[in-house]
Amino acid sequence: MPDFSKPSLEYFELLPLLIVFGTACVGVLLEAFLPRQSRRVPQVLVSLVGLAAALGATIWVAKEAKEVGGGAARGIVGAEGSVIIDGPTLYLWGLLLIFGILGVALFAERRLEGGLSAFAGQAAALPGTEAERQAATQGLDHTEVYPLLLFAIGGMLLFPASGDLLTMFVALEVLSLPLYLLCGLARRRRLLSQEAALKYFLLGAFSSGFFLYGAALIYGYAGSMSFAGIDQAVRNNTSEHWLLLTGIALLSVGLLFKVGAAPFQAWTPDVYQGAPTAVTAFMSAGTKAAAFGALARLFYVAFDGERWSWQPMLSVVAIATMLLGAVLAIVQTDVKRMLAYSAVAHTGFLLTGVIGAQGAGQLAKGQYSSLEGVLFYLTTYGFASVGAFALVTIVRDAGGEATSTAAWAGLGKRSPLVAGSFAFFLLSMAGIPLTAGFVGKWAVFTSAMSAGFWWVVLVAIVSSVIAIFFYVRHIKLMFFTDPEPGETAAVSDASLLTVGTIAICLAATVVLGVVPGPVLELVTGAGDFIR
Amino acid sequence: MLSTLIWLPLAGAIAVAVAPKTLSRILGLGIAAATLVVGVVAAFRYDVDKGMQLTETHTWIEAFGVHYALGLDGLGLLMVLLTVALVPLVLVAEWHSADDADGGGARAYVAWVLALEALSLAVFCATDVFLFYVVFEATLIPAYFLVGGFGRGGRSDAALKFLMFQLAGGLILLASVIGLYVVSAEQGTPSYLLSDLAQLDINTDAGRWLFLGFFIAFAIKAPLFPVHTWLADTTENATPGTSVLLVCVLDKIGTFGMLRFCLGIFPEASQWATPVVVTLALISIVYGALIAIGQDDVLRLIGLTSLSHFGFITLGIFAMSSQGSTGAILYMVNHGVGTAALFLIAGYVYRRRGTTLISEMGGLEKATPVLAGLFLVAGLATLGLPGLSSFVSEFLVLVSAFDYAWYVGAVAVTGIVLAAIYVLWMYQRAMTGPTPPEVEGTEDLDARELGAIAPLMVALVLFGFFPGPLLDVANPFTDGLLAHVGVVDNAPVVPLVDTTVESEGGH
Repeated sequence: MPDFSKPSLEYFELLPLLIVFGTACVGVLLEAFLPRQSRRVPQVLVSLVGLAAALGATIWVAKEAKEVGGGAARGIVGAEGSVIIDGPTLYLWGLLLIFGILGVALFAERRLEGGLSAFAGQAAALPGTEAERQAATQGLDHTEVYPLLLFAIGGMLLFPASGDLLTMFVALEVLSLPLYLLCGLARRRRLLSQEAALKYFLLGAFSSGFFLYGAALIYGYAGSMSFAGIDQAVRNNTSEHWLLLTGIALLSVGLLFKVGAAPFQAWTPDVYQGAPTAVTAFMSAGTKAAAFGALARLFYVAFDGERWSWQPMLSVVAIATMLLGAVLAIVQTDVKRMLAYSAVAHTGFLLTGVIGAQGAGQLAKGQYSSLEGVLFYLTTYGFASVGAFALVTIVRDAGGEATSTAAWAGLGKRSPLVAGSFAFFLLSMAGIPLTAGFVGKWAVFTSAMSAGFWWVVLVAIVSSVIAIFFYVRHIKLMFFTDPEPGETAAVSDASLLTVGTIAICLAATVVLGVVPGPVLELVTGAGDFIR
Repeated sequence: MLSTLIWLPLAGAIAVAVAPKTLSRILGLGIAAATLVVGVVAAFRYDVDKGMQLTETHTWIEAFGVHYALGLDGLGLLMVLLTVALVPLVLVAEWHSADDADGGGARAYVAWVLALEALSLAVFCATDVFLFYVVFEATLIPAYFLVGGFGRGGRSDAALKFLMFQLAGGLILLASVIGLYVVSAEQGTPSYLLSDLAQLDINTDAGRWLFLGFFIAFAIKAPLFPVHTWLADTTENATPGTSVLLVCVLDKIGTFGMLRFCLGIFPEASQWATPVVVTLALISIVYGALIAIGQDDVLRLIGLTSLSHFGFITLGIFAMSSQGSTGAILYMVNHGVGTAALFLIAGYVYRRRGTTLISEMGGLEKATPVLAGLFLVAGLATLGLPGLSSFVSEFLVLVSAFDYAWYVGAVAVTGIVLAAIYVLWMYQRAMTGPTPPEVEGTEDLDARELGAIAPLMVALVLFGFFPGPLLDVANPFTDGLLAHVGVVDNAPVVPLVDTTVESEGGH
């Protein structure tokens, strides 16, 4: 019987993870011991403090990170190889924690619903029953959303940092399960919200199954779960190639589902529409960042030797995703659905960046890598998306958020500031210069073109043209269309929580568009993955 | 110097946007005038024989090899002067109509105009391709809000169409801009500086593909047949002042870009593409003039005459001779001045008669002789009457066209004949004839309106008789450009020049 050896953990480097999970546990304890009426303020404070502390710890860890592999990467392989804390991980951690803080702020908003949060008073009460009415009149509130959010953030932090397939799977589940729950907790339009949660859960469970099966096949092929071990096997092994290819395909299904790429995008519009908008805002930015980090690590580290097999596959997926997202967004009549399909299109643009992987020797001096392009794009898209969804929460009519596009007509005349901000986020998503989106788009397109995928870039440009149409059409609707009587939305008075979130996103979108230099330096300074 | 030129109107736009509404127009005009002064000072500091000057270079995005780099050469200087001169005139001419209750108000109009001016100036000064692309696309945002927010009923659809065309062109250009980065990265450190790019050794195939991206974008911008369809819809629905900015300033970016980027970075591909481009230019000249004749809406008509004129400019550029290039540059300036005058006067007519339909006008000549007279002069400038500035440039372009091939020249000349028809026929229908009773009391131009037009008229006559200063600025640029492209002039063939003169005399 082998001796049991105690695993050695790098507590300092794992600090951000530990803080987030620890805070989440504290949140659960608060739920257990505080009376229901007085939970909200402690929960919000604990969450914010925890996330801010984790962000601080991330920055500290990043400062201390040592160069490895001759300066190509920085960081360490921690937790016995299960968690890799390198430059890209730390960058994504910082990004995710910022999105998390913005998400908590949106969750905590209560002024829009007249003193209630955007979450159901009592999730267990059936829609339209006496119990629900009572919950509403008593002003009940589900403060469990804060620990749930923290668990989701913890999973997202772990996802791109995982060093083997099992950790990646666990992270996938940890980030997904709280999100399924959160999606079903909307205070208004509860049936839609519950339907969204169920859909998301069922499809998500399927995709997890695919991921697990893929992991099993890869283990059969490589005899190892760790990415470094798989990489070795891919480079040395020549037999049983079909196992590897099938494994890659099945793993891709799991990850492509999470990022919402075609043909696994079907859940996106329904979930984005049904979920409480605060959840959608956080989820659209956070899940995408975490899942693309994981996707990039899997393909760049574990399957780097097999690049010629997966690049064509991802190219086809990217093309299908961009075109489908852009075309279907045109026919949407709901703002949240339109943004959801635009998110699908952006997934395609991000995949365009992912396929631009090149060997280290193929890049010119001073040229940035495709990974850096993807990381930057995630930053720009995340801020625009959080900001846009946050604005959706404050444009309301009698029935709550006015998500039908017709209600937005003429908003530019009634509230030029809100309409102008929304237009600015749309322009950033459309990739107009002097917004962050343009620099991001430029970065991912350039890496794909450098790697020789000019035909994907051409399709990406065609999709951008299509996408511009619906973005601009919405701007036209807000500024130059007269509202139809009876169907108008107005801007509600929001508290500093929402307004501050929007302002931060707006500032980030402007700054990243005009002076992207510092953030790009941060991205390029992050270096490569540790292989 | 150039930074001041660009940032002054931009800061002005923000100032106007936050200042009280009552101050908007005065403040805006003051800023536009100050920008004009800066532009003129820049012109005096400019030394015609020194190539690119007044340069500024700062690293902007290091990771992409992008610089905030500005500089002026002969071409840029003329475009800058045209821009800074037209903007104050537009603001004066649109003094009241910008305040239309139906539109977004004077504050928004003035702020967007100044923003557009700043970005256009940046386009003409940029010597970094990335910076150029950024401001090239960014001009569309103020332009979109100017078209969509002010003007007539169909403006929001027209604005959407305008923006879709322009952005589609912009994204095609983006593909080429990205391609340039890739080519540049393959040959060492990536850089977007124009001076570095001109030294690149681009292989023939790649060069032609990249050229195509640039050319399509500029053809949409200019516009050239067959991607011109946004033009007439836009000029019809926008206010005349906006049309001046769009057609006389913004569209010049198209032909400006052809000279600076197509010929400057891809000389081989430009020569390779010449037959096709010349054909498109000829189609634009004739087709634009023919459909202009058929228009009943005066603003549409003027828009379509520009299609014909941009055909001439493109023809001059791609004829690849010094007369052609110099003629094209002069044409860009003269077309800017002449068409601006036409648009503004048509705007005055619209304000008096409440219609832009030529068939419903008629008989204004007696009631408003000054207005009618100026309209005629602007029209004659458009058709290239000797003594007015357009004649010189049209003549140079035709010389180069005949030099290129006699049949090209012959087709181009028909454009002039057709121009005579659409201008004179328009004048006859709109101004002459019996004066209807409701027109009789119409007031003639007041001092403000006259003040906005007078500088343009002076320029038309002045540069018609003394094109020297313009030629002095344009010629060194042309010589440098053609040397870079590798074209040696043939001596112009004398009999062909005579033909041109005869046809000029024909009307």
